[in-house]
Amino acid sequence: MFSLIAKRMLQLIPTLFVVSVLIFSLQQLLPGDPALVMAGEEKDPEVIEQIRKQYRLDQPIPIQYVYWLKGVLTGNLGESMRLKAPVSDLVLSKLPVTLQLASMAMLIALLIGVTAGVVSAVYRGTKLDYIVNVIGLIGISTPNFWLGIMLIFLFAVNLGWLPASGYVSPFEDFWGSLKTTILPAFVLGNAIAGVLMRHTRSAMLQALDSDYVRTARAKGLLEPKVVIKHAMRNALTPVITLGALEFGTLLSGAVLTEQIFTIPGFGKLIVDAVFNRDYAVVQGVVLVTATTYVLLNLLADIGYVLVNPRLRG
Amino acid sequence: MRYKLMAGLFAAALMSGAALAQSPSTLRIGLAEDPDVLDPTLGRTYVGRIVFSSICDKLFDIDDKLNIIPQLALSHTTSADGKEVTIKLRPGVKFHDGEAMDAEAVKFSLERHMNFQGSFRKPELSAVEKVEIIDPLTVKLVLKNPFSPLIAQLTDRAGMMVSPKAAKEGGDKFGLKPVCAGPYKFVERVQQDRIVVEKFADYWDKANVFIDRIVYLPITDSTVRLANLKSGQLDLIERALATDIKDIKATKNIKLATALELGYQGLTMNIAKSDAGKAGLGLDPRVREALDLAIDRKALNDVVFNGEFVPGNQWVNPENPWYMKNFPVKGRDVAKAKKLMADAGVKTPLTIDFMVPNNPETRQVAEVIQSMAAEAGFDMKIRITEFATSLQQAEQGNYQAYLIAWSGRTDPDGNIYSFAACKQPLNYSGFCEADVDALLNETRAISGMDKRKPVYEKVAAKLLDGRGGILYLYHRKVLIAHTDRLEGYTQRPDGLVRVVGLKFK
Repeated sequence: MFSLIAKRMLQLIPTLFVVSVLIFSLQQLLPGDPALVMAGEEKDPEVIEQIRKQYRLDQPIPIQYVYWLKGVLTGNLGESMRLKAPVSDLVLSKLPVTLQLASMAMLIALLIGVTAGVVSAVYRGTKLDYIVNVIGLIGISTPNFWLGIMLIFLFAVNLGWLPASGYVSPFEDFWGSLKTTILPAFVLGNAIAGVLMRHTRSAMLQALDSDYVRTARAKGLLEPKVVIKHAMRNALTPVITLGALEFGTLLSGAVLTEQIFTIPGFGKLIVDAVFNRDYAVVQGVVLVTATTYVLLNLLADIGYVLVNPRLRG
Repeated sequence: MRYKLMAGLFAAALMSGAALAQSPSTLRIGLAEDPDVLDPTLGRTYVGRIVFSSICDKLFDIDDKLNIIPQLALSHTTSADGKEVTIKLRPGVKFHDGEAMDAEAVKFSLERHMNFQGSFRKPELSAVEKVEIIDPLTVKLVLKNPFSPLIAQLTDRAGMMVSPKAAKEGGDKFGLKPVCAGPYKFVERVQQDRIVVEKFADYWDKANVFIDRIVYLPITDSTVRLANLKSGQLDLIERALATDIKDIKATKNIKLATALELGYQGLTMNIAKSDAGKAGLGLDPRVREALDLAIDRKALNDVVFNGEFVPGNQWVNPENPWYMKNFPVKGRDVAKAKKLMADAGVKTPLTIDFMVPNNPETRQVAEVIQSMAAEAGFDMKIRITEFATSLQQAEQGNYQAYLIAWSGRTDPDGNIYSFAACKQPLNYSGFCEADVDALLNETRAISGMDKRKPVYEKVAAKLLDGRGGILYLYHRKVLIAHTDRLEGYTQRPDGLVRVVGLKFK
C-alpha cells in the first residue's frame, strides 16, 4: 500500500512537468497579444511597450518559462496582469468555493446515481427500471446552462425561495451558503448522476449474474444482504474510478454553471483569465487543478483496494 | 414550557425584525463584468469606471448635456495663448484616510497619472508639460501646446485624485485598496464576487449621500442579472439588453433609465493598413461609398434591436451637441450603390473578409449587413473571431472589414482623432490624409464649440459617406434598470452609475 502511494507520488513530478510545459507552449498558440488586450481602448504604443517589459513578454518563451518555473518552485505563482494581485491569493480564495460546490454536487450525484443504478438493476426489466432509465437519460442530456436558468426562474423569480445567484461562505452564514449553492450543486450533480446511474446499473447487472451471488443466494442469505454486501461491493469499483474522475473535472471548474449562478470559483477565474490573456492566472489554475486531478486518481486507486480486498496484494 | 419557548422565539423574531429595520441601507448593483484593478492610473475598463464613480471623485464632471461642471475643482481658466490652464480647487475636501485634498495632492495625482509605470492615463495627459502649485487651492497646468480637450479628460479617470500617502505606500498594489475622495470608501473586494464600499463620513457633499453601503456584484449573464433584479436580490443592473426592454417596461416595480451613448457602433474598413485592405475596400473610394449606401441603418436597428437604438452616421450621436446637422443620416440607395460599383470597375460580387467579434448581438448585425451589402454586389464573408484575437488581427491589418465599436469620450476629439489621424494607435483602417490631420490638429488648438464645430464640419466632409475609414452605423442606449424603491436615479450619456443623491423610499 505505501509503496503504491510512494510510487504514485513520484509519478506526479514528471506529469506536472509535462503539464507545465504544455500549458506554456499551448498558450503561445492562443492568438491575441496579452499586452494589446490589457491596453484595450487605451492603446498607446509607449504604454504597450512598458507592459511588455514589465511582464517579460518581450523575452523568448523558454526564458519566460524558466522565470515562471523558478517562481513556482519557491511557492510564487506570479502576478495577475489584470488585477495586480498574486495568483496564489486568487487560487486560494477560489479553492474553498470550488471545493464546496464540487463536494455538494458529488454528494448529490452519488446519492441519486448509485441508488437509482442499484434499484434499476435489481428490478431489471420492470416498469421501475424503465422509468429510472428514462430519467437518467434526461439527466445526462439536459444542458447545464438551460437547466440552471430554468431553476433560477422557478425557485428565485417565481417562488422566491432561493436567491437567483451569488455565493455566501458557509463560515459567514451556513444556511445562506446552502441556499446559494444548492441549485448549482444540483445542476452539476444531476448530469453526473445520470452517468453514475448507467455505470452502476451495468456493473450491478454483471455482479448479480455472477457465480458468487448465486452461491450467496443458495446459502439462503437474505436478498438485501446479497445485493448490498456481495453484489454492490464488487460493482462499486468502476463507480469509484468514474466518481474520482468526475470529481476532478468538477474541481477544475464548472465554467457554464459558475457563470450562470455567479459562483466565484475556478471556472469563472480561468475563463476571465483566458479572455483577458492573463497568462499567469491560467498557468496557476491549471497547475493546481492538474495536481488535484492526479492526486484524486491516486485516491481512487487506494479506494479500490479498500472496497475490494482482492486487490491488496 | 412549550408556550414559554414559543413566546421567547416570537420575541426573538420581533427583535431581529426591529434590528433589521435599523440595519444600514445597502444598494446592490449588478455589473456585467468583473472590474479590473481599482487604480485610476492603471484601470482601463468601462465597468471599472462604474465602481470608481462611487469611490473616486474627479476634478470635473459632466451633466446631462455634456457641459463640464465642477466636482473636486471649482473652476478653470485658460490663458489667451491656450498654454496655461489654472484650476481652482474646492476647499476643505478630505481623502478617505483623512489627508487633505489640496494643490499638493492634485499635483501628486496628476504626476502619478503622467509618469507611473504602466499608466494608461499617460496618453490622455500627454499635452501637459508640468503641474505647478500656485497656492494651496490653486494649480496651474503648463501645456506643451494648446489642447482644448484637456478639461474633458479631467472628467474621467485622469481627473481622479488619489491620496498621496496611500498611493506612495501602495505602489502598484494601490488598486487593491484604493483611497480617493469620493462619497464612498473602499471596504473589501472578493475577486469576481463582490466589491463593498461604505459611506464616507467626511465627504464634501455628505448632505446628499443617503445610502450607507453599496455592494457591486459582477453577474456576467444578462438574463441572470435581470432575474436577480426581478427577484429583489439586486436593486440596480447595468447593461440590460435592448431585447429585454419590453419585458422590463412590463414588469412593475422596475424602472428603466436610459441615455444615448457617447460612443458609436461602426464598421471599420481596411483601406491601406495592409495589402489585404488595398485589394478589398481600399480598391476605390467609390466601393466604400457603395457599401455605405447599401446599408439601411433604420432597418438594421429595427431588425436587431427592435428599433430601440438610434441610427447614426457620425462619430457622435444625433442628440449630441457636437452632431453636425447638415450631414444627416442618408437613406439606402441600392441603384446608386450598384452604379458606383460599376463606375469603379470592380468585378462583382466583390468578396470581403468581414471580421466580427463573437457576441450574439454583433453577429446578428453582421448578418443583416451581409444581406444588405449582397444586393449592391458585395460578398461579405463573415469571420466570427474571439475578441482578443480580433484586436490583434486588426492591428496586423489581417481583415478587410471589422465590426468594432467605440465606447466614446466626452470631447469629440476622443471619438475621432486617434481613428482618423495618420498612424494613430486606433487607426486600424490605415486612412491617412495630410489635410485631415491639419484640420484635426486645428480643433485641438482652438477652444469653444462655436469655433471648433465648423472645423469638424470640414473634417466630416472628408470622412463621412464612406470617404474615411469607418462607416458609423448606430448608437446604443445606456440601459440601466432599477427597483422603483430607488429614488433620484438619472442616467448621463457616459454610462456611469452616479450614486450621490440616491435614496430608498
